[in-house]
Amino acid sequence: MRAIISILMENESGALSRVAGLFSARGYNIESLTVAPTEDNSLSRMTIVTTGSKEIIEQITKQLNKLIDVIKLIELTDGQHIERELMMVKVKTTSADLREEVKRISDIFRGRVIDVTPGSYIVELTGTSEKLDAFLAALGSELILEVVRTGVSGIARGDRSLTV
Amino acid sequence: MGKSVELSGAEILVQFLKDEGVEFVFGYPGGSVLHIYDALYGQTDVEHILVRHEQAATHAADGYARATGKPGVVLVTSGPGATNAVTGIATAYMDSIPMVVITGQVPTPVIGSDAFQEVDAVGVTRPCVKHNFLVKRVEDLAITLKKAFYIATTGRPGPVVVDVPKDVTDPRIKIPYEHPKSVTMRSYNPTMKGHAGQTKRAVEMVLSAKRPMIYSGGGVVLSDAAAELTEFTRILNYPITNTLMGLGAYPATDEQFVGMLGMHGTYEANMAMHECDVLIAIGARFDDRVTMKLAEFCPLAKVVHIDIDPASISKNVKVDVPIVGDVKAVLVDMIKLLKDGAGKPDQIALTKWWKQINEWRGRQCLEYDRGSELIKPQYVIEKLWEVTRGEAFVTSDVGQHQMFAAQYYKFDKPRRWINSGGLGTMGFGLPAAMGVKLAHRDADVACVTGEGSIQMCIQELSTCLQYHLPIKVINLNNRYLGMVRQWQEFSYEGRYSMSYMDALPDFMKLAEAYGHVGMCIEKPGDVEGALKEAFAMKDRLVFMDFITDRSENVYPMVEAGKAHHEMRMRVTETELA
Repeated sequence: MRAIISILMENESGALSRVAGLFSARGYNIESLTVAPTEDNSLSRMTIVTTGSKEIIEQITKQLNKLIDVIKLIELTDGQHIERELMMVKVKTTSADLREEVKRISDIFRGRVIDVTPGSYIVELTGTSEKLDAFLAALGSELILEVVRTGVSGIARGDRSLTV
Repeated sequence: MGKSVELSGAEILVQFLKDEGVEFVFGYPGGSVLHIYDALYGQTDVEHILVRHEQAATHAADGYARATGKPGVVLVTSGPGATNAVTGIATAYMDSIPMVVITGQVPTPVIGSDAFQEVDAVGVTRPCVKHNFLVKRVEDLAITLKKAFYIATTGRPGPVVVDVPKDVTDPRIKIPYEHPKSVTMRSYNPTMKGHAGQTKRAVEMVLSAKRPMIYSGGGVVLSDAAAELTEFTRILNYPITNTLMGLGAYPATDEQFVGMLGMHGTYEANMAMHECDVLIAIGARFDDRVTMKLAEFCPLAKVVHIDIDPASISKNVKVDVPIVGDVKAVLVDMIKLLKDGAGKPDQIALTKWWKQINEWRGRQCLEYDRGSELIKPQYVIEKLWEVTRGEAFVTSDVGQHQMFAAQYYKFDKPRRWINSGGLGTMGFGLPAAMGVKLAHRDADVACVTGEGSIQMCIQELSTCLQYHLPIKVINLNNRYLGMVRQWQEFSYEGRYSMSYMDALPDFMKLAEAYGHVGMCIEKPGDVEGALKEAFAMKDRLVFMDFITDRSENVYPMVEAGKAHHEMRMRVTETELA
């Protein structure tokens, strides 16, 4: 199963490598990992997307909790949550037809064209990972020059919160 | 000291150790720690023990910690000083031993420039420490050291590395210092007290057993809960087994003790594990050398598990009633419930169960050929136990001799059996014995070793002379890497690849060259007399080279991939059966 784990940890140097090291040392999967400071500069918030059986996910959360720098974590996929990923795609737009086509697909996916050159557009798109995958599929690999994705960030809906 | 004084980083470090009540620092100087060594110079509160290799510094600190319960402290230089210490750090990590390792580092401005003797000590040690720190400013030094001691000694203990760049200890830069009395960390609050509801459920499950089994580990020793474990076990009259790490937490000479379990556990302990209906795991972590084949581990049992580390629960074996908490605190709660009329065990079932266990005992799985003309290693350990009246602190290295010591030296008290259980570090025994001897000057300290292991840290004989550490080295010399040879005999059709120790030194002369007493014992009839003679030499290190039967194996043995009830027994005994 796929799980999203949100971690609140001390914004210390090396904190990221402790988490990454834990995953590699114990053979856990990481599909994506994002990290940035929160509104409180002493805190980092990390979102990890991983896969594994129920037992493995439980072990992952326990092992993460055991890291001294980790203050708190929640498994977002345990309850209602919102997940988003940002993607920028550089697309080949060497003809008027292509420009038209790319613009149309972007609009359908609520993407935005954020850079225009004679030969290419850059499209910015936010959504779930599936939506981003679908957009790439719709464009087709021939048009895609370059893709960059941030990995998933997530937040629990309603009363469930990850705060100190 | 109440009011603050102006000190350099190096002075702060030394003053801090004094303020923490640290008796010994095990270490080795080098470029990056010279300021610190200068601050150590001339003071007498903290005794520095100069080892001959940094690995030994960590093992000695580890041995000290295991024998006392206090954190071991290590001081080494950057680069090779730090990397040499890694084996000892990993050893302490695997067995959850409290230790603070201070590593020197190149000055902060040159970190990352591949400077002389630079290694990323925080990076190298990360996978084998409970936590580690790089101190970048002298202002952070005292509080970081405080955190290191706090983390190392609380919750599930473990080693903590503090990497200190040379400029942080600069003698010219002085800042106010005051000993931080305590520290709180929002990200680290180990659970000590067990959940009351879970404890009640656990007691109910414990009392519901028809065929109970108590399986306790190193956590009981770490938690100083031997008395509570003993009381708990005696109230219930249940059988108890100890893991390799847990030996001594319950008196081995007691009738309820069925011996060690696992790969080289007793027949009765392993059979009882296989047949029990309620397993009470206390401060044990279901290590693979204990569980053996996981799919057939305690197939009939419901499992209660008490552990301070939530990550240990249901890691390898699914637990029915977990209690997260300090073993001592939880046992106190459970004993109270039992005494307050929570109920009594089913006496009829228990009598039947004991009858079965005693039948298993009847196989006498630890018997060996006592009429042999060669010295049997088991015999040496039995005599060691007799001569030391079971009171010695026994350290060991890793291999057959370690298993013989665990099986045949009946430890009645905790912290007497000191070995590298988790990592299995050859070379551990002698330096660990140094740490033990420093902590317990008046006690007998024996290092049970083999001719393979002892050579991995033999240089420490020199340290033993310098600090007058009259350890007794019991070298079970079979001219083989015995455990490797045993596996090769069983699983590789006797192809003894590299398990033969050719060109051994004359250990007697070697011991003498280091300024100690050497003995070579070749006949069974001489074993007891030699041991008595050696232990009578209270002020000398005696290296006893016992030339043992080279074909001897450790039995019983549950081979890898087999379950507890599929033990390989001694051949002669099987033939008799």
